[in-house]
Amino acid sequence: MKKLKYALFTGCTAKQSTPEQMMSTLAVAKKLNIELIELTEASCCGASHLQDYDDFLSLVLNARNIAYAEKHGLTMVTICNTCQLNTAMTKHRLDNNAELKAKVNEKLAEVGLEYKGTSNVIHFLYAIIDDIGLDKIKEMVVTPLSQFNIAPFYGCHNIRPSELQNESHNSKENPYNPTSLDDLIIACGGMTVDYNEKNKCCGFHVELQAPKTGAILSGNAIAGAMDGNADWMVTPCPLCHLKLDTQTKHSSEAIGREVKLPILHMQQMLGLALGCPSDELGLKHHVSKVNFI
Amino acid sequence: MSTHKITTQKVNFKVFRFNADVDYLPYYEDYTMEVTSEEVVLDILNRIKWDLDGSFSYRRSCRHGICGACAIMLNGRATLACKESMNDMIELFGNDITLEPLSKKRAVKDMIIDKADFWQKHDAVSPYLISDIDEYPEQEHLVSPKQAEELDDADLCIQCGACHYACPVVEINDEFFGPAAFAKAYRFEADVRDEAGTDRLIEMHKEAQGVWDCVKCFECAEACPKDINPIGKITKLHLMLFREGVATSTVASRHAVGFKNSIAKHGVLDEGTLVLYSEGPAIVKHIPVALQMFRKGKIVLPWNMPKSDNLDEIQKLVKSSSTAKF
Ligand code: SF4
Ligand code: SF4
Ligand code: FES
Repeated sequence: MKKLKYALFTGCTAKQSTPEQMMSTLAVAKKLNIELIELTEASCCGASHLQDYDDFLSLVLNARNIAYAEKHGLTMVTICNTCQLNTAMTKHRLDNNAELKAKVNEKLAEVGLEYKGTSNVIHFLYAIIDDIGLDKIKEMVVTPLSQFNIAPFYGCHNIRPSELQNESHNSKENPYNPTSLDDLIIACGGMTVDYNEKNKCCGFHVELQAPKTGAILSGNAIAGAMDGNADWMVTPCPLCHLKLDTQTKHSSEAIGREVKLPILHMQQMLGLALGCPSDELGLKHHVSKVNFI
Repeated sequence: MSTHKITTQKVNFKVFRFNADVDYLPYYEDYTMEVTSEEVVLDILNRIKWDLDGSFSYRRSCRHGICGACAIMLNGRATLACKESMNDMIELFGNDITLEPLSKKRAVKDMIIDKADFWQKHDAVSPYLISDIDEYPEQEHLVSPKQAEELDDADLCIQCGACHYACPVVEINDEFFGPAAFAKAYRFEADVRDEAGTDRLIEMHKEAQGVWDCVKCFECAEACPKDINPIGKITKLHLMLFREGVATSTVASRHAVGFKNSIAKHGVLDEGTLVLYSEGPAIVKHIPVALQMFRKGKIVLPWNMPKSDNLDEIQKLVKSSSTAKF
């Protein structure tokens, strides 16, 4: 298999509250013969909150991040849905507005950089599906996850706004009936759980200011997966992961029902199926215990 | 003569039925029909009523995508029935199609819902131009094309409610204004002729009701048949709150500002300090979860806080590119 090479934008969470996300990304990349050049110069994407306060600054900073990927001449892969959204949205706006692009570049020139628009920005999930392919993944599986019912949780910012997301990858996704994660579960030998909340919001972004709203949304999501007989859930977004994994007490209180399931990162699931050593997948970093291995 | 060929295919419809006057619970009726490639969703609703069951009820009026009456849910996707081609829907979902009202809990009869909450919230944002206009003005109030562009199509809203009932926060928080009301508020806030000043914006800042309670799920952007992108307008309202000095120091506003502070210091986000800055003394309520996370190696201590390489570049850009004040 030809060696794939990407510029990795880790985002902040993989370096702090979801270390297992970083570990499992590297473990899976090694198995899949993918070379990742980490963009250590990158800043935070603003996570949609900086965008509410200082739109121009967020454009400049995100353009700077992409400019570093361009310097390597590589596609940028993200491992967080919200990073993906904010970076791709910046790219979309600059590529479609020459005046704005010039204004941003005027700032970047102050630090000797330029945003050209030459690098694609794609979430790791879609990079794997597009560039390796599900058939190849299937061939590479050494430990099929055949005894598990796995509930996919897509996360808003990978599937909406669909126009923007579908710009970055070939494997088109219907936000009302997304399939990428289901397909990956099946490629890993697992059984997918179909439930109403799989393409709904986890509530992460209002956890501080509207905790009840956030807790009801994440509670409903876990409850939906449990009612679908899921053994565990899987998500490509570390923010969804945090909300679903660490807040179960609040979620349970908010919906009046005990909810708790192991929540795996997409990379951890793939890593298990590909036979990565479990200590490289960081499963001990979960708050809702991963008790099946 | 057109060479376009009309094709047909069999579609199974599962249709939500409920009459609040006689039914205790809703139920679903199945209809199978040959659907032609020329038909829109409204044609199917018409055929159910005209050919299969005269008691079936739904709203329609203009049949031109401008009155907003015919919005329903099709396989969970908000759909303007008179605008949406059946062919496209079959392509998206296959041949099993479920038709439901925009909000099942507000159903009155079949596809007809009680939209009172939508209109109340609409009213609450002063959905009209506020301007002290001379009764006999000497000249028109001219709006340049550039100024009109500022509305960003918010004036194209047909009040169909698709975004409102697609919004998960509307579903669980009765007070939340919802995306359509926000798009409307923005429509007048962005209008150079409007003189409401900060009054309308103050409403937008209110806890539980206002823009800070939006979970940023983009359901509204996806649902809108007029491509109005309500969440885009919500972001613009956030920016206006800061620009006009309306944003007071709350958990939510500090949370937004905290990102800039953190980036200026580390390049990346300092998650712990951000929560502390946003919550203030109320941070104590997060201690139990924080302790659990700490035990699992999910909290980085201040002395191990990562920093971006070339931080000086980021700091320089934060200084020279910042446009907002708090
Ligand atoms: S983005 Fe905000 S307003 Fe739009 S549907 Fe989601 S929560 Fe509602
Ligand atoms: S913003 Fe769009 S979806 Fe919402 S009410 Fe207006 S036209 Fe309908
Ligand atoms: S009937 Fe008027 S919008 Fe559909």
